[in-house]
Amino acid sequence: MIPLITSIIAITLSAGTSLVYATIGEIYTERSGILNLGIEGMMLMSAVTAFATAFHTGSLLLAVLLAMLVGMLLALIHAFLSITMRANQVVSGLSITLFGTGLASFLGQSLGPASNRFNLTGMSAVKFTRLQVEGLGEIPLLGAVFNQDPLTYIVYLLIPVAWYFMYKTKFGLNLRSVGENPQTADAMGLSVTKIRYLYTIFGGMLVGIGGAHLSLAYTPGWTENITGGRGWIVIALVIFSMWNPSRAILGAILFGGINAVQFRLQASGTDIPSAYLNMAPYVATILVLVLVTVWESHNRKVGPPAALGTSYMREDK
Amino acid sequence: MQLVFEKRKSVSRRAIVLVPILSFIVSLILTGFLLLAFKANPFRTYIAMFIGAFGSWSNFTETLVKATPLMLTGLGVTIAFKLRFWNIGAEGQLVFGGVAAAWVALFWSPFLPAWSLLPMVMLVGMLAGAMWAGIPALLKTRLNVDETLVTLMMNYIAILFAEGLYYGVWRDPDGYGFPGTKPFPEAAWLPRFSGRAHMGLFIAIGIGLLLWVAMNRTKWGFELNMIGKNQKAARCLGVNVKRNILIALLISGALSGLAGVSEVTAISHRLQQGIAMGYGYTAIIVAWLSQLNPIAGLFVAVLMAGLLVGGDQIQMMMGLPAAMGLVLQGMILFPMLAGSLFTEYRIKRIDPRNSRVAESNEELSV
Repeated sequence: MIPLITSIIAITLSAGTSLVYATIGEIYTERSGILNLGIEGMMLMSAVTAFATAFHTGSLLLAVLLAMLVGMLLALIHAFLSITMRANQVVSGLSITLFGTGLASFLGQSLGPASNRFNLTGMSAVKFTRLQVEGLGEIPLLGAVFNQDPLTYIVYLLIPVAWYFMYKTKFGLNLRSVGENPQTADAMGLSVTKIRYLYTIFGGMLVGIGGAHLSLAYTPGWTENITGGRGWIVIALVIFSMWNPSRAILGAILFGGINAVQFRLQASGTDIPSAYLNMAPYVATILVLVLVTVWESHNRKVGPPAALGTSYMREDK
Repeated sequence: MQLVFEKRKSVSRRAIVLVPILSFIVSLILTGFLLLAFKANPFRTYIAMFIGAFGSWSNFTETLVKATPLMLTGLGVTIAFKLRFWNIGAEGQLVFGGVAAAWVALFWSPFLPAWSLLPMVMLVGMLAGAMWAGIPALLKTRLNVDETLVTLMMNYIAILFAEGLYYGVWRDPDGYGFPGTKPFPEAAWLPRFSGRAHMGLFIAIGIGLLLWVAMNRTKWGFELNMIGKNQKAARCLGVNVKRNILIALLISGALSGLAGVSEVTAISHRLQQGIAMGYGYTAIIVAWLSQLNPIAGLFVAVLMAGLLVGGDQIQMMMGLPAAMGLVLQGMILFPMLAGSLFTEYRIKRIDPRNSRVAESNEELSV
């Protein structure tokens, strides 16, 4: 029993890693007042970039860096459209997802080796392996926490740092005020435009790492729909964590856990058809969303940043 | 001297027509660079795509085959977007409509006279699509749950549900393991008129025209417009916002459901792997590029279908990935979104030395 639970914890953390990166990234973006629904497309693009880089160069570091860059570039497009061009943020984000999905599929069919008809699917490359922390890794149950890949270890640090930065520093205060009340922030001398650009791109960078984790560590390799809607689950997790980076871990554990249990059930050969088993994360997302929304409507103190999804233009006032 | 944006007094009519056309051209140019990077000649590729999609009657019928579900889902998305209800679940509504159609076609035929089977298939398929859109609409109007996420999650649920059926209990025992149901009885087939092109096309065009009239010439359309522009103002003027959202979404889902019905009853004649082709996502592009105008939407659907068919063609002829068509489609909304600023704003040059307006606008200059 203990080894089974340990393995479920281990898979949970590994499955949750990409979710935490992307959720924290999106929390930072949304806190500045920009809603980015392009996460799914950005994760797909960074996953294919990371895998193709690892495949051709053999460098994991370069793979992660390029994935971050791709995430930042796509976020920059969204920032330009929604901040400078004041486009509808929902549609702009959707178009990032549509474009990213199409381009990732195109790249997956053209960056592979000639021997595989330029397809990346079915190829293998260098990947992140689990590193056991000396001593700690052997503890029953808890050992799973210290038997992870490097990107997961970085997540352990990222969560408190992201929380501290947002709530305990001047920069975090500025970020939150731009998302809550851009008029006042502007009057205080903050550049709303600059801060929104900055955190939209920063968010994209974290989403990029999340995508890289999928194709380099969690399910190493490239398959057409490797994210399986994770980019959308992230948007729900942002709501679930009430825009607080420290709570991003809860959602990731919940959804990582669902993945892990699914994985174990499938491996043990259950009678439930896998299609119905695979529905679990999506059904859970809807349930969680309904519960959190109802709870938030009775608790006026929490909720999205007041200016979320609206463009700011001084001339309009 | 500086450049600032100034709000237009009324929406520019010229920009409404020009921006989508320019967006398409810009998307061709940008994608051209991508093609160059893969050592393909953009001109030859685009000409091959064009010929593949529109070059002969038989190719054109294939474009019409793909245009039909794009028209129906595009119109469905248009109604929802008009209300600023972000229904991105057309894919799931289509699939669920297809599942319900298969259910009626496969299991109801012993109890129904043959002439009534197809109408019943269509009716139940539309109801199923409406139900699939009605759930997020109810969650939104009753509990204020974010519709974007719910509609999207329901896509995955519908697709997996269909998979569970055609891989499992509904799988054709004589199908050699092929993931699909038994073929439908012929009474449930939607007639084709040329190649694989079928009557669904005329139904879609008819609905598009009707919808244009409904949206532009009726009180209902007027109310939808008002809710989309300013929900609070609409409520103050006595418009029943919640009821309107619910009705509009039921229609929206029914149209996508009908797209699913026509896919299974006219094209595959069974429910099978491949029912979720992504039409429901392309529908978002159709709706936005047509600026939520149902008649324009019909033409945009044909154009988008052409990109899909052209993409398949260049894969066969030039060995380029078929996803090329998806890249072109995805690229098209960027210039479109950037350009829509010019329908509402104009760029104005001002001289900061002798203008008070200029001073307050200083930091926002471009």
